[in-house]
Amino acid sequence: METFVQLVVNGLGKGAVFALLALGFVIIFKATEVVNFAHGSLVLFGGYLVVTLRDSIGWAGAAIVGVVGAGLLALVVERLLLSRSKLADPFSLALLTIGVDVIVTEEIVRRLGVSLPFIGDAWDAKPIQVGGITLFRTHLVALVVATVLITLFFLAFRYSNWGIAMRAQAENKEAAALVGIRSGRVTATAWLVAGLLAGVAVLFIATQDFSGAGLSRGTHSIALAAFPAAILGGLDSTAGAVAGGITVGLVDALATHYVSFAFAKSAVFLVMLVVLVVRPSGLFGTRETTRV
Amino acid sequence: MLTVRDLTVRYGRSVAALHGVDLDVSDDGVLAVLGGNGAGKSTLLRTISGTLRMHRGTVAGGEVRYGSRRIDQLDPAAIVRLGVVGVPEGRQVFARMTVAENLRAGAIGAPASARAEGQRRVHELFPVLAERASQRAGLLSGGEQQMLAIGRALMSGPRLLLLDEPSLGLAPKIVERIGATIREIHAQGTAVVLVEQNAVMALAVADHAVVLEVGGVALAGTAAELSASEDVQRLYLGGHAESDAAAERQAAEARSQRAGVRRLTRWGR
Repeated sequence: METFVQLVVNGLGKGAVFALLALGFVIIFKATEVVNFAHGSLVLFGGYLVVTLRDSIGWAGAAIVGVVGAGLLALVVERLLLSRSKLADPFSLALLTIGVDVIVTEEIVRRLGVSLPFIGDAWDAKPIQVGGITLFRTHLVALVVATVLITLFFLAFRYSNWGIAMRAQAENKEAAALVGIRSGRVTATAWLVAGLLAGVAVLFIATQDFSGAGLSRGTHSIALAAFPAAILGGLDSTAGAVAGGITVGLVDALATHYVSFAFAKSAVFLVMLVVLVVRPSGLFGTRETTRV
Repeated sequence: MLTVRDLTVRYGRSVAALHGVDLDVSDDGVLAVLGGNGAGKSTLLRTISGTLRMHRGTVAGGEVRYGSRRIDQLDPAAIVRLGVVGVPEGRQVFARMTVAENLRAGAIGAPASARAEGQRRVHELFPVLAERASQRAGLLSGGEQQMLAIGRALMSGPRLLLLDEPSLGLAPKIVERIGATIREIHAQGTAVVLVEQNAVMALAVADHAVVLEVGGVALAGTAAELSASEDVQRLYLGGHAESDAAAERQAAEARSQRAGVRRLTRWGR
């Protein structure tokens, strides 16, 4: 029983991190209909900034720069590459993001070389004992931070002008343009927010608690688990991204313990397939309707 | 004042959807744009409101000016900020958002100071939108959705309102109400371009009108002149043609006389 509670708490912590990543995915998809395959490289970029800066400006400062940097990189990708081809098909733009992903990832991996630095200094490897249960501090902090950020996001999404503009554009681009919503701004902020969330997520992923591996190519593939999270939640649903993230986190934690570490990686995709068979547009996704 | 001069618009490399179109809308005018399917009515509105590029159309010649400013290369958001706001064909309310959120979206292009005034005006014109504020827009009836679409456009306090077939798919009674509303909006000082297939309603509301046919202006004049014109009566007001053969003959005559019809365009300033 104690093991189970521990697994669930840790699963929720992991899930919270995946939710941050999946939410970023979904925000970009809603604003632009582009599936951003470069998400993993945003994660790496944020982490890399932390690694290079923490010796000079301290961990906290480096973490902030990392988060902001990941956001800015997303913004730059959107402004320099995507916004210039407004009429391009979203699928071609998705391919473009694969290109960005390869370039950024390979360069960072090359620079890291053989070092696999852990970057969760403030919480990593400081377990907390509650009764007979050992909980990872990383997961608990992740859960709190993600809850705060996701709540803030949903409040803004629902009540702010930004949220209204974002939803209006996601629903009907032309009508949004006709009432004066600046589509470029909406799209740019969507990428910025997604990048910021990726920058936060990496502070938890590249830790001993979360993955047992430092910042490396492995971080990138862990971040990719946000992809099934977003898809099984429904690619165009923000609530779905959170539900999907939590699901992936729990499946990963439980499967690792009860089956094997290797199986856990595929279990996530297995769950995604099962969900898609039952609900082709994901748990919360809108069913695709085509007007005749 | 909206001025369209010698406007030619193409989609891709195909035939021009509009060619050599001239028209003017004065600051206190209501211009009705009549014409059948494919005549270029929606293309005209897309060009004015800047959404043409979203449909892969380009202005191949001529220009559109609002006041002294050339607007045919501006993006839609910039055009809204000049006071020219469009209501798209088929209403296109944000169905998954509430009525209140739809109206808020409409005010995004306006200075914050204008929002309260816009809200007051819209609720006065359409009390039903105040009653249904928290309902999802997709659940409104067709007529209510049209009101919402117009209300959303009015939120930014436009000086020129572009309406694309507001009567489409609505019951005659509702169409009458929409007509009355357009008159009211005009009386409050907003100029209107009204694209319609329902010529009866449009000519009753407008002071001037043009008829588009295959991308060109076929007829232009005051609403009274066009209502009295035999061509318009026959083609758009369910008028007097005795038989198809007669109608065809008349249509052929009308085509050959088109140059002569230009006399009617004296209203253009």
